[in-house]
Amino acid sequence: MSPHPASENSGIWKLIFGRLDWSSLPLHEPIVVGTFLMVALGGAVVLGLVTKYRLWGTLWHDWFTTVDHKRIGIMYMILGLIMFLRGFADAIMMRLQQAMAFNGSEGYLNAHHYDQIFTAHGVIMIFFVAMPMITGIMNYIVPLQIGARDVSFPFLNNFSFWMTTAGAVIVMMSLFVGEFARTGWLAYPPLSGIAYSPGVGVDYYIWGLQIAGIGTLLSGVNLIATIVKMRAPGMTMMKLPIFTWTSLCANILIVAAFPVLTAVLALLSLDRYVGTAFFTNDMGGNPMMYVNLIWIWGHPEVYILILPLFGVFSEVTSTFSSKRLFGYSSMVYATIVIALLSYLVWLHHFFTMGSGASVNSFFGITTMVISIPTGAKLFNWLFTMYRGRIRYELPMMWTVAFMLTFTVGGMTGVLLAVPPADFVLHNSLFLIAHFHNVIIGGVLFGLFAAINYWWPKAFGFRLETTWGKRSFWLWVVGFWVAFMPLYVLGLMGVTRRMRVFDDPSLQIWFQIAALGAVMIAAGIACMFIQFAVSIKNRDQLRDTTGDPWDGRTLEWATSSPPPDYNFAFTPVIHDGDAWADMKKRGYQRPLTGYAAIHMPSNTGTGIIIAGLSVAFSVGMIWYMWWLAGLSFIAILAVAIGHTFNYKRDFTIPKDVVERIESERSTLLAAKG
Amino acid sequence: MIARPPAKSRAILRRFAPLLLLPLGACNWVVMAPSGDVAMQQRDLILIATVLMLLIVLPVMATIAWFAWKYRAKAQAADYDPDWDHSTSLELLIWSAPLLIIIALGAVTWTSTHLLDPYRPIERLDAQRKVDPAARRLQVEVVALDWKWLFIYPELGIATVNELAAPVDQPIEFKITSASIMNSFFVPALAGQIYAMPGMQTSLHAVANKPGNFDGFSANYSGAGFSNMRFKFHAMDQSGFAQWVARVKASGKALDRATYVKLEQPSEKVKPTYFASVEPRLFHAALNMCVQPGKRCMDAIMMTDSQGGAGKESARNTAGLRHDGTIDVGGYHPVEPGKKGEIAQPAGMTPAAERTPAERGKQAPGQQDHEGHDGH
Repeated sequence: MSPHPASENSGIWKLIFGRLDWSSLPLHEPIVVGTFLMVALGGAVVLGLVTKYRLWGTLWHDWFTTVDHKRIGIMYMILGLIMFLRGFADAIMMRLQQAMAFNGSEGYLNAHHYDQIFTAHGVIMIFFVAMPMITGIMNYIVPLQIGARDVSFPFLNNFSFWMTTAGAVIVMMSLFVGEFARTGWLAYPPLSGIAYSPGVGVDYYIWGLQIAGIGTLLSGVNLIATIVKMRAPGMTMMKLPIFTWTSLCANILIVAAFPVLTAVLALLSLDRYVGTAFFTNDMGGNPMMYVNLIWIWGHPEVYILILPLFGVFSEVTSTFSSKRLFGYSSMVYATIVIALLSYLVWLHHFFTMGSGASVNSFFGITTMVISIPTGAKLFNWLFTMYRGRIRYELPMMWTVAFMLTFTVGGMTGVLLAVPPADFVLHNSLFLIAHFHNVIIGGVLFGLFAAINYWWPKAFGFRLETTWGKRSFWLWVVGFWVAFMPLYVLGLMGVTRRMRVFDDPSLQIWFQIAALGAVMIAAGIACMFIQFAVSIKNRDQLRDTTGDPWDGRTLEWATSSPPPDYNFAFTPVIHDGDAWADMKKRGYQRPLTGYAAIHMPSNTGTGIIIAGLSVAFSVGMIWYMWWLAGLSFIAILAVAIGHTFNYKRDFTIPKDVVERIESERSTLLAAKG
Repeated sequence: MIARPPAKSRAILRRFAPLLLLPLGACNWVVMAPSGDVAMQQRDLILIATVLMLLIVLPVMATIAWFAWKYRAKAQAADYDPDWDHSTSLELLIWSAPLLIIIALGAVTWTSTHLLDPYRPIERLDAQRKVDPAARRLQVEVVALDWKWLFIYPELGIATVNELAAPVDQPIEFKITSASIMNSFFVPALAGQIYAMPGMQTSLHAVANKPGNFDGFSANYSGAGFSNMRFKFHAMDQSGFAQWVARVKASGKALDRATYVKLEQPSEKVKPTYFASVEPRLFHAALNMCVQPGKRCMDAIMMTDSQGGAGKESARNTAGLRHDGTIDVGGYHPVEPGKKGEIAQPAGMTPAAERTPAERGKQAPGQQDHEGHDGH
């Protein structure tokens, strides 16, 4: 990781490898080398097993090339969980460093390494954990909830997934070849400019996010089109399941916000690659413009993350309270209001930049106004529980934990929205505690509720509860132990992204926080054990009804896991809680009259273009211009070639549908 | 005195403040127990806002716990009503209760944001004393360098690095900029923070009320040496301050442009340094990115531009406009391979990087002398 690798390369080497040379490999960082060996070993074992059990064909034909929204949804979840382990490893390294680096100790991480870790933690957790998992849940559930057979653009869905994965691959590559950005997760210039970050780190950041951003944007377009155009007959907008409503709003936010991120990163790339001066200090550039633009994307992004989970909590509360959702229309309007307001608050991320008092007050007050619809949502969940009969299964436990945790996070958020208060709390660990309070307490708890809630739908058996409850308690208690000290430290004037400390009285708080992080680590371990134990005991946990929770929405009307075509007959909707309504009216599953079903075909184009995009990014990052040029041409060629692929669909014959449905009839009969 | 919270909430505050401060004890929760009036008002605002929000948050959290328990399935609550999903009066309540709180908080926000605007000269020394309109504000010019703070006292003609001092009960006016990376100037005991940005000037008005030594630092990550970008703020009485100034003046060193150019190269953990004299208008030059020889000042360029530009030939002559890259932080690598934990010399201090200032010295022919421009 020499500062100017390009200067050491010359002649033919430079032509081929750009600025990549032996010093780019972080061989002097024992932690990175150890990690690489572990990953290489683990990877070799996985590849060996796949080969031994002859799974390559299945993987390629049934998974990598699939256009089935359910399989793509599961792949998004796997991507999110893998990246979560990486992001959490970064987190625990930071907690350890900050607990150690007192009394003149430098801790165990130097600035070069530590600064990459906190940048990577933020980038990975937002872009490659939260986003894929949310997209995965939406992908799996939305078409089922609206009674559709797939999304509007099945190939685009596959392509979106692989572009997101390509972004994750680029970011992971930076761990072992070169370095990642040392700029903080939003890469503010001038620090991220070529003059102050000449290495490959920021370029890894840019291309990782640009490639993944294409996937996110297209998946947003896809889901909007799906929700708007593919609802079952009778499902008017005000009969849409609430999770689908929140997904719709989140995807509208994606489509409106992500192009801003793409544009601002493109401008930063121009500054870095061709010497323009959009965000430089000199030549009339203006870094403040970058900060504004990135938060015009960044604040809606926060709501992109939380809105779908608000939907999950609504579904879970209603289902497990065995009761209709209280205030459905008020929920819908609250969601829409939040989505609109999320574009009017971006400046609250930098009150301290010195805008005038009127500008700051405006953005402070708009921020507070968001708490009104959010508060209304909380009351709606509360009154959904009221007069209910609450079954404390795992999804409901996560939901109650969310309601209590998120309220505190919301409160500290409103506090930060008061500009003069923000002047003393901005960039402090109080801020860190606040957004982890809402992102862990809201987004992650919501994802865990969703995983426990919909796992039986995806795999046909429930998750077992012993390890699930262990994971739950370790997570919830661990969260409070890990982040309450950060609130305290913030009030003690401790700022974020610090590597070493000189005030010994702070150390105890960092040690408590580290203990909390260890508890969370145990919670994560319990969660993976829960998955493993459940898969092992799947026969005891089997659900043959397709409706293990006495669900209320359409996804519970079909089998678990649903057949490729989701529904043999497109359901007709008369009520918001469509499946609860069907059950109440004594719905009989039709046993005859099946027809052949028209379905989209699998294609390898998505993974091929995504792979070429990785090659293109490597070329751009390392200045291997020939590689970037060739891969770009190849991307165009494959994309154009795909337009000549006429084998885009096939028909599931009537007798196959009949066979699948009669198997389900047998199962249901055996149960009943 | 609009800055004071309304009488009623002040009464609430007085009742609850001790409770909220209970865990502080002898601890150093500086944000909750600051020593300057501006930070004190910001502390009060945190307490008022918290109390206002707790008015709704506590009942809600209690109700969540109560309903979660009361309506558990085992309890078989008699009022189970699976189809009850609407109540207009409840809907009115759940939208209006948060609305009322936000209206109250919004009003507090609007007034306090204006009164505590860092650009606004302070009007009171503390809750009891107004600022004497005839009194002079202590002027301090702050430049964030990689990774230390330069403080220039233009009226006293002195400067310091990583040490700030001011007399208590005298309003201070900070003018703040940065040489390269965005930082945030923050002395929690004194007042809230404000960004320090290259080529831009921010301001902060504050006053210290109690003598003491307080921590100051950058609150915005700015690269490898960020963690140690700290300084002490000494609040002292008038005679103590006079002695401190005398001590700085006795140091004998001068801060001229050449010294500044050396100083702005990256370095870490810089010990407090005194300069007995400062070249006039050095802050102006730092702000306009023209301290280094051969650089054209931004304000001069803007003036030229506003008058229609300097003609075609100036378009190609951009060397004087380059600022980024003249400070060599990019190659900064604090730990040499193999020497774990050992802090090496920053790149800016090594001979390899010294060619940069040498190259900088080469001035394009026909280029205007920076001094001439600085005079605008």
